[in-house]
Amino acid sequence: MAFGKPDLGSIVPKGTEFDPALVNKMMGKFGHGGFLDMEYVGHGADWVELAIDWREDLVADPDTGILASAVIISLMDNATSMSIWTKLGEFRPQVTMDLRIDYLRPSPSGERVYGRGICYHLTNSIGFVRGFAHNGNPDEPLAHASGTFIRIGDRIS
Amino acid sequence: MTDSPIALPPYAQALDMTIVDEIDGVPVIGMPFADRVQGRPGYLHGGAISGLLEIAAIAAVHRALQAKGSDSAIKQVNVTVDFMRGGLSQMTFAVGEVTRLGRTMANVEARAWQDDRDKPIAMGHMHYLIKAKREDAA
Repeated sequence: MAFGKPDLGSIVPKGTEFDPALVNKMMGKFGHGGFLDMEYVGHGADWVELAIDWREDLVADPDTGILASAVIISLMDNATSMSIWTKLGEFRPQVTMDLRIDYLRPSPSGERVYGRGICYHLTNSIGFVRGFAHNGNPDEPLAHASGTFIRIGDRIS
Repeated sequence: MTDSPIALPPYAQALDMTIVDEIDGVPVIGMPFADRVQGRPGYLHGGAISGLLEIAAIAAVHRALQAKGSDSAIKQVNVTVDFMRGGLSQMTFAVGEVTRLGRTMANVEARAWQDDRDKPIAMGHMHYLIKAKREDAA
C-alpha cells in the first residue's frame, strides 16, 4: 500500500491508556489530517479538542476567505472520533456512520478554527457523539455537530 | 459545457478535484486518491469524501440557479453525511441533485461513488440558503 502508515492499533497497544495528544501526532500529521495540519489542543474524560489554522488553500470562497465547510467536517470527524477512544480509555477500530453539521455562522478569513468532540454515550458497537466548532471562544460556537461511529472489530472495510 | 464554466474553490483545487463529466447537465466532480485525502491507511478520510460531496452539491445548486437565470449567492445551513462503504485508494466521483430549489432555500442530495454509481460510498444531504446578489447582501 503506497500510503501505508503504522496503524493506530500499533501505536496504542491494548491495555495502554489512550492518549489523544500522542494519537494526534499520527491522525493530525499524516494523510488528510496532515494536509489540514490538525493540532491537539486539549482533552477531558469524554472530550477532545483539535484545531486547524486558516489557510488560503482551505477556503471555499476566495472573495470572502471563508473556510470550506468540509474543513469543519474533517475537524469534527477527528475530534469526535478521538473523544470515543478517550472516554473508552483505549483505541478500538471504528468508522463514521453519519455526521451532521449545523453552521451557525461561517469561520472567518484568517481565523483559527477549534473543534471540540464529545462522546456522550457508548455502547458495545456504537459511539454517540456531538461537538461544536469555534474560533477561540467556546461560548461563541460557529457550528454544532452530531453523529455516530460504529465499531468494526478487526474487520477493516 | 453549454453554460459558463464553474471555477472550483481553492479547497477543491487543493485536493485535485476536477469536473470530469456531466450527468443530466449537472457536473460530476472527480477526486483522485492521494495521501492528502487519506484517513486510516488505504482508505479515504470521511472529511475528504464529505468535501467532494459538498463541492458536487454546490456545483449542482449553481447550475440550477444558472438555469433559472439567477445570479444569487448561496450560504450553507447544514449538512448530513451518511458513510456507507470505505472509500478505497482509487478515483472517487460525486454528483449533486437539487431536489427542490425555492426562492429562499435549496435542498440537495449528493452521492459519491467509485466503481459503481449504484453502490455509493457516501451520501450527503444539504440545505442552502439562497441569498440576494452578493453586493446586495448584508
